[in-house]
Amino acid sequence: MAIKHSEEYRDADLARPLAEKIRRTSRRSIRLMEVCGTHTVSIFRSGIRSMLPTTVSLLSGPGCPVCVTDQAEIDAFIELARQKDVILATFGDLMRVPGSTSSLQRERAEGRDIRMVYSTVDALTIARTHPGQQVVFLGVGFETTAPTIAAAILTAAQSRLENFSVISAHKTVPQALEALMALDGVHIDGFMLPGHVSVIIGLNAYRPFFDRYRIPCVVAGFEPSDILQAIASMVEQIESGAPRLENAYPRAVTSQGNLKAQKILAEVFEPADACWRGIGLIPLSGLRIRQAYAVYDAGKRFALKLPEARPPKGCACGEILTGKKTPPEPECALYKKVCTPMDPVGPCMVSSEGTCAAYYRYYYEQRTTRND
Amino acid sequence: MLLPAFNNAILSELNDGAIFELAGVRMAFSTDSYTVDPIFFPGGNIGELAVYGTVNDLAMCGAAPKYLSAALIIEEGFPVEQLETIIAAMGQAAEIAGVTVVTGDTKVVPKGMADKIFINTSGIGVIPDGVDVASHKARPGDRVILSGTLADHGVSVLARREGLSFETSVQSDTAPLNHMVRAMFAAGRGVHVLRDPTRGGLGTALNEIAEASSVGVRIREDRIPVKPAVAGLCELLGYDPLYLANEGKLIAFVAPDDAEAVLQAVRADRFGRDAVVIGEAVAGPPGKVFMDTRIGGTRIVDMLAGEQLPRIC
Repeated sequence: MAIKHSEEYRDADLARPLAEKIRRTSRRSIRLMEVCGTHTVSIFRSGIRSMLPTTVSLLSGPGCPVCVTDQAEIDAFIELARQKDVILATFGDLMRVPGSTSSLQRERAEGRDIRMVYSTVDALTIARTHPGQQVVFLGVGFETTAPTIAAAILTAAQSRLENFSVISAHKTVPQALEALMALDGVHIDGFMLPGHVSVIIGLNAYRPFFDRYRIPCVVAGFEPSDILQAIASMVEQIESGAPRLENAYPRAVTSQGNLKAQKILAEVFEPADACWRGIGLIPLSGLRIRQAYAVYDAGKRFALKLPEARPPKGCACGEILTGKKTPPEPECALYKKVCTPMDPVGPCMVSSEGTCAAYYRYYYEQRTTRND
Repeated sequence: MLLPAFNNAILSELNDGAIFELAGVRMAFSTDSYTVDPIFFPGGNIGELAVYGTVNDLAMCGAAPKYLSAALIIEEGFPVEQLETIIAAMGQAAEIAGVTVVTGDTKVVPKGMADKIFINTSGIGVIPDGVDVASHKARPGDRVILSGTLADHGVSVLARREGLSFETSVQSDTAPLNHMVRAMFAAGRGVHVLRDPTRGGLGTALNEIAEASSVGVRIREDRIPVKPAVAGLCELLGYDPLYLANEGKLIAFVAPDDAEAVLQAVRADRFGRDAVVIGEAVAGPPGKVFMDTRIGGTRIVDMLAGEQLPRIC
């Protein structure tokens, strides 16, 4: 049973010895980045930070899909919602992300037809049942969700569903790692690589990155003991001076990844340059709908005129996503003062997996509450 | 928002209900309006929710609920069979809780002026001699009793909400708590705080108590009962069961000497079989709630801020 499985990996009997091992072996001060928002939340919720020695700092990376979506993309979504006879279908946590002048939530309150869906299947159903309207799905996310959106486009093509389209703001992880390493002021000693993304793309997808930078790269699962295992491994690699590209989540991730999903992905999408919030343009880090499926590309179907995007003033989301800053004062002047989950200024405070939202909910001078 | 306009000493206590003395008897008086979506959910409907909600608000004041009023605002065109089902559920709920609905009102409003049906219930109850519970009465050392599994109602409603097509066996826990509370008082005098963690869940309720009482609270993750199906759905959608609603659970802060007897009294009630001590009140830091996690770490349990939204991946 799935739950029993997850409780197994949450077990104190597994976690405590790993935490002890980390405390015993860690000498150098290191900065490890968990790229994925699900890891960030799991780390906070399980209290892992309180178990680590002061030598190990954890940074949260650009792995929350909502958070890295560029301001101009959010503005485009809002503009799409304002088009005549359009129904916008979106995953829930995009609703409250502020664009330059509005948010999807506010647009919905003003009468635009914006619907929260839990899968692309729901979006296709809406298109079938509303033949007189255009249904646009907001394609946001990484390699994890992109194949399901590719599959939806294939389904629409097969069933000649003409009133369905997707605006693709998808991003890919390996290219973002490269960009992070090249940023000024960013210092990262090791990467905890995302489990779900890696299920799709496989361990080998990180090989070129690892070969170039030779720092510990460990794919981790999401249970606390998975995460501690990955941290223990990175500490050991750094202390011994022998970095590895390692799969610490072998029960789900293979070297090759999910070939079927990769095939669907490649059938519908092709790599394209993409803008990431906080990082800027990263070459070939996005997914564009191929010419063969251009009729399902909402970016082409609708002629959108967008004024220049205006990121929120004083918002440090960009620096936070790249590990240059952490949310609490004095590093972000807005955090908890004017930027809260009720009234978020930047996207990292919106998504439950955003770094700022995780800090808001779970951070309290954790070091002072240690057990030992 | 109401506080400045109605400024008075009873309201400003901000309990689940008002507590006052009338003709020499200490009483509790409470009112609540119910607007749940969907109105029918696994394990119940808005009708019993409206009755048990007010019954429980009174019980959390330490009162034995006696009389209820019921006012229904119905949208024109609302199916009569559904209305009958809801009213029958209210009647049955009143019987189970042992309260009498003594006055009522129905209004039909034009289509679009209300969403299907809204129900308001108000109730009064008598507070027995010697009973004195309030949010600010927790003391360091008090044991924290939770009467059963967490987040059943929140997940049952979530699972049935439009657009979320999950099949789940989770039933709402909607239930009256007044019989349980009576048994708790009979078992020990050391019951200091009672609270039903409805909207905002356990996490929010514990924070409010910690703040009102100027104590810290320390709970243990491995003691908190969550049904596997509830944990599974929360995991999938990125929800935290600590912040989802319960409609038939209570938390009690009880003096350590009485904790075991009160716990046994809760467990003897049909709605409290899974009750456990989940932690205790501590001296500090005041107003903060900490949780010892299953794996041996510690983290803060803060107030829920903003609504939880399902995540992308």
